Parts: sequence; C-alpha cells; structure tokens
Amino acid sequence: MRKIGVFVCHCGINIAGTVDVKAVVDLLKDYPGVAYIQDYKYMCSDPGQNLIKTKIKELNLDGVVVAACSPTLHEATFRGASESVGLNPYRTEIANIREQCSWVHHDKAAATAKAQLIIKAAIEKVKLDEELQPVKVPITRRAMVIGGGIAGIQAALSIANSGYEVVLVERQSSIGGHMAQLSETFPTLDCSQCILTPKMVEVAQHHKIKLLAYATVEDVSGFVGNFKVKIKQKARYVDWDKCTGCGICMEKCPVKVPSEFDEELANRKAIYTPFPQAVPNKPVLDSAHCTYFKTGKCQICKKLCPFDAIDYTQTDTFIEEDVGAIVVATGYELYSLKSLPEYGGGKIVDVIDGLTFERILSASGPYGGIVRRPSDGQVPREVVFIKCVGSRDPENHFPYCSKVCCMYTTKHAMLYKHRVPEGQAYVFYMDVRADGKGYEEFYQRAATEDQVVYLRGKVAKLYRENGKVVVTGIDTLSNRMIEIKADLVVLASAIRPAAGITELAKLLKIGIDQNGFLTEAHPKLRPVESLTAGVYLAGCAQAPRDIPDAVAQAAGAAAMVTTLFARDYLYHEPIIAGVNTDLCSGCGICVGVCPYAARSLNRSKGVVEVNEILCEGCGACVAACPSGAAQQKNLTDEQIHQMIKAILT
Amino acid sequence: MFEPRIVAFFCKWCTSAGADLAGTARMTYLPNSVNIQVMCSSRVDPEHILDAFRNGADGVLIGGCHPGDCHYKTGNYQTLKRVTLLKKMLTELGMESRRLRLEWISAAEGQKLARVVTEFSEEIRRLGKIKVRQL
Repeated sequence: MRKIGVFVCHCGINIAGTVDVKAVVDLLKDYPGVAYIQDYKYMCSDPGQNLIKTKIKELNLDGVVVAACSPTLHEATFRGASESVGLNPYRTEIANIREQCSWVHHDKAAATAKAQLIIKAAIEKVKLDEELQPVKVPITRRAMVIGGGIAGIQAALSIANSGYEVVLVERQSSIGGHMAQLSETFPTLDCSQCILTPKMVEVAQHHKIKLLAYATVEDVSGFVGNFKVKIKQKARYVDWDKCTGCGICMEKCPVKVPSEFDEELANRKAIYTPFPQAVPNKPVLDSAHCTYFKTGKCQICKKLCPFDAIDYTQTDTFIEEDVGAIVVATGYELYSLKSLPEYGGGKIVDVIDGLTFERILSASGPYGGIVRRPSDGQVPREVVFIKCVGSRDPENHFPYCSKVCCMYTTKHAMLYKHRVPEGQAYVFYMDVRADGKGYEEFYQRAATEDQVVYLRGKVAKLYRENGKVVVTGIDTLSNRMIEIKADLVVLASAIRPAAGITELAKLLKIGIDQNGFLTEAHPKLRPVESLTAGVYLAGCAQAPRDIPDAVAQAAGAAAMVTTLFARDYLYHEPIIAGVNTDLCSGCGICVGVCPYAARSLNRSKGVVEVNEILCEGCGACVAACPSGAAQQKNLTDEQIHQMIKAILT
Repeated sequence: MFEPRIVAFFCKWCTSAGADLAGTARMTYLPNSVNIQVMCSSRVDPEHILDAFRNGADGVLIGGCHPGDCHYKTGNYQTLKRVTLLKKMLTELGMESRRLRLEWISAAEGQKLARVVTEFSEEIRRLGKIKVRQL
C-alpha cells in the first residue's frame, strides 16, 4: 500500500469559507492509503511547502495529494517541492477544491462533501501513479517568420542577429508590407520607405535569413522545437537565379494591370515588381493577365530577356522546412469600402481609404507627391477626413478601436496642409486618442499650427453632387449641422487581419478572437505567445497597432524564440500513451485514431509501436483500443475506474 | 429532494479550463457533479461511462472543446462518434440516453459550464435515481 500524504489548503477563506476543511481532514484521516493528512492556511507559501517537504522525508511518503486551487496555478509549485526532496513529481496530484468547488458552491455541507470526493479521487489516482521521467526532445534551432512586413522583418532580423537561421515566408513577391506603401510616418514625419528599405536590404543580404518570397504556408505539422512546414513556392515564371532584375521585361510588356501597390491609382505590367525598391528586386509574371497565357501569343518578355530567365513552364513547387519556432506576422488589410454602403460603398471615386491617400501623398506615388484627386486629377481644395469608419461601431461593423487611425488621419491632414497650404482639411472624429510618445504634441501641432479643423461628430450622409462629395454631419460640440462640399474624402477604415488568417491559424493550431485577430496566450502577461508552444505573434495579426508597437512586439517575439533556442533540450510531458505488447493484437485501430501519426503498426512483430516524441498524450488511442493494450501513463483505465468508484462510494 | 450523483469528464484544455473560469468569476452551479480531468474528451472510453453508471452514477457529463478547436486536432470528433453510438446503445439497454450528455465548452465559456451543469443536474433530478441491474 502506498503511503500518501494529503495536504488540504484553506487558501485563507477562499476554500475554508465554503469547505469545512477541518471536517474534510477528519473524514479522510482513516481513508485507505492516507499516511498523513494536514490542513494549512496557505499551502503554496514557503511554510506550507516546507510542511509537505518535511513530511515526505519524515514519513517516507511515496505519494502526495494537495487539495488546493486549480492545477494550472500551482501543480508545478507542488511537484517541484516534492521533487526537491526526492519524490517523483508525477506522484504529486492536485485536487482542485477551489475553482471547481469552494468558489462555485454556497452550500457549505454540499461543498464539503464534494471536496471530500474530489480528494478521494485524487488519492486513488496517486495510488496507481508511476514514477515518470520527462521525455527529452531535441530542438531544431531554426525559426520561421510568416509575413514580411515591418513586424516580420524585425522578428527575422532579431533572430538572425542572435545567430540562428531564419526562414522568412512572404506571399507577395517583395517584402516590406504596408509600411512600404506609406508616404511618411507619424509623429516624426520620417519618410517611410527611407527608414524601411535599409531593413529590407539587410534581410536580403543577411547570411542567416532564407527569404522565400511569393510563397505561402500550406501545412504545418510537429510541435515546439520540431515543426515541419510545407511551403508552396508560387510559380513566378521567371527564373530568379538567372534574372538580374534589369527590368527590360517590365518596360516592354504591353499589358497594363491596375497596381495593387498603388491602390489601383496607377498601372503595373503583367510582368512586374510591386515597386522599384522591391526586395528581392526581381519580377514575377502575373499569368492571369499575361497575353501569352491567355492567347498563346506575345512572348515579348521572353524574346527580350538578355538572360533567358523567362520560363513559361514553371509550376508551383513545394518546399519543406524544419524549424523549431514560428513567428506569425501576417499583418492587416483595410476594411473594404465595398462593405461600407453608408460611405458610398466604394462607388464614389473621390471617397478613398487611408492607404490610397498614402499613395497620393507619396513622392514615389502615382502623382509624384502632388495631392490630386483620383476622379479628374485636380488638386482638392477641401478635404474631409473621417475617423472610426467601421471601427467602434458594434451595431454595423466592428466594436474595437483600430488604434492607428487617430494619428494617421492627423498626419494625413497635416501633410495635405503642407502640400496645399491654401486648402482646408476637416476631420470628423469621435475621440482623439493620442496615447503614444510625441502623439499628443503631434495632434496639437495639426490642430493649431496647421489649422486642421476638428469636428466632433459622426457623418450622417455622404453623396456625390456636381463633381463634389457632399458630407453632412453634426458637430456635437457646437450642436450645429455641418455640410461640406468636399473635393476629396478620406476614410480611416477599420484595420482587419489579413485575408487567410483563419486558415493559417487552423494549420498552426492557434486561436482567433471574436474580431478575427490571433489570440495571445495571456492578454497581459504573455502578449507575444500563442497558446501553442513555439508559435509566437507579432504585429497587426494579433491586434491593430502602429509601427513602433509592431516593432517592439516583433523584437519581443524574437526574444521568446531565442530564449527557446538557448536550451539544449525541451522536455515533453511523459503522460503519453504506451503499448503493452503482451496485450496488443496488432489490429491497428489506434493508428488511425492518433492525430499525430505517433503510432505505427510493426507488421513483422504484429504490434503497434509509439514514437514518444510525437505522442501528445491525448489518450484517444487508449479509448479506441479494444484489448486494453494501449494505456496512458498515469491515467490508466484502472486509475479512472478507481476514481469513478471513489466518487460514487 | 433527490440529489443525483453525476460524474463529469472534462478535457483539460477547454472544459476544465472553462470550469476554472466559472470558479474565478464566482459563478455558481449545483454541486451534484464531480469532475475527472482527462487530457482530451477522446480519452473517455465508453467503458468508463458504463462503469460510472454501474457504480451508481445517475448521470454522466462529458465536456470537450468545440468542433474544430480540439487541442488534439480531432479528438473531439472521436468523442462525438463514441457518445452518439453509446447513447443508442443505452436506449437499447432500456436506459434513458439523456443520462449521458456531451457538451462543447470552451475555456472562455465559464457561464456555459455553470448553466450546463445546473441544467443537467436538474434534468437528472427529474429523471430520478438510476435503475441498473447489478452486473
């Protein structure tokens, strides 16, 4: 018979307020297997832990039950205490009598009776607990970063500069993300490309970074330290090994396609780089628009390429990469104007979103930095900026704040005034949230120095009339109806997670919140981790955030990755499912049930074998096994049977 | 009043975490059930459920992650298959299949957990004590 010590915690009045701890101790002191039972005010305190340690040594206990709070809180504490005095930690079990008993019941008698049953079940479990050793797992010290915007770039550089290899996967043909589209950045008015492109080049030249552009993640298997990622390298129809990026093909290609990078204000060619500073600076061929792919004729690019780099026969290829950690930095997209009928539904040409205005403002943009409106190319004299479009609107769109709009709208209005000093900028706002360093000063500068007119209120109506866009709304501060005949309207539409995030989250087994963003492991204390070990989050994939925040989070995620890589081994929970080969008939039912391919049928031996590293310990195979040969360590059928009996007798 | 005895099997990642949340948020529910935490709802062998009934459980509640959210990818689909089949078998055996209930309760659904446990306890209370011929 095991000699089990039972330690019942009062947790102040958290447990003792509802559960009569003394009565529990009294009722269980003669329970079979209990060699010692004691209650204490705070078992997790040093004296509490010392009590456990002392009694293990003194009475030679070979099992411990701590009846206290949820095992998610202090299981590690108490197992550590046991281990420090030589008791195998897997012979210490927690009876959760707080979260799942004292806190949810008011009736003292009923709660006391239930606490007793919970402890009895834990005692029965410990009686059959084996001594286990954690499974040692090697780590692949190589990381993957998904998404090559500023967050992904920062994460990749930080990890690579720590000396580890990084595979950076970007689905566009160039890294840079939305930051490459921006004209200037708040609150310093730095030129966005000027500060971004050196980092892009650093990525391209870094000997520790393998850049896979124009590629997507197709499948992820494995676990922390040992992921296998299948990547699709989309057909570029250009052999990048031969291509020098001379640009002749792009120059001579006769097909014009609205440029995604320029928000369709200008055209690109069917063979193109998204922008001149692209990294890698090599073109891809857009087969959906290419004349050759549509009609079989043309081939101008192929004929003119001095390096014979054009290859129409290229197909999508698949690459497999082994990595130990993954950083997800897939970024954002703007809420489509088509989803906003109250603002014209994208049908009014001179009602544009923030990124389109960035391209208008950009010196390298389609208008060379001269502010023109898309419909007729005129310089707008009255521009209305509307904030919280789709954001903070739980009835119609999204409940959350998109965070960056207050400041970028301020920047937009300011830059417009700098370019068109005689023009007038109006901002319709609900609040001005200027919470970053230098942000409030920036807003004050726009409102005073640059005389941007801030109108507190929502826009009621917006329609096109005689080449103008009429905006009506209420200024709630002066309580007046406002009507502005604007030449251009810029909407600060909501930040949405980038398309495909749901599918990617499924592949990575990470969560998505109610607004579609990736869920962090803890909103305050683990903001860069996902709930899946080894998968970290950075940038707008997790929540709307501005550049400094995205960079900080990316550096934080990189630090988590390098912390992981600093270890020699990972230790895997040993609560895995083994096979009793004497009982196994080799039917193979469990092989099909295992979600991790940890089980395989050895046909020559006629039994199933388990890869202990791959086994995650769910126990699905144990329930499926018809002969009782599959058993989960420290949660065997016999243990469950004894626990059931303890609860019911 | 008849107080039913209920054995609950909760998966560690979703339902047990949901039960912890119900506690942290000080929600209340009926004290008739005692939880056995398993790593995944798919660990629950139909044998365990019958075992509980044989030992006098008036009801068995199983809690797992929502479909598509299983911590072990597909475990909860195994659970769904097994429970569906077992419920049919219970009917064949002349038992009320309602004494066995499977619920998807996430780590964020403390409120749902409290509601389900209370609802189930009341239902089993109405059904009365289980009548199983001792095998």
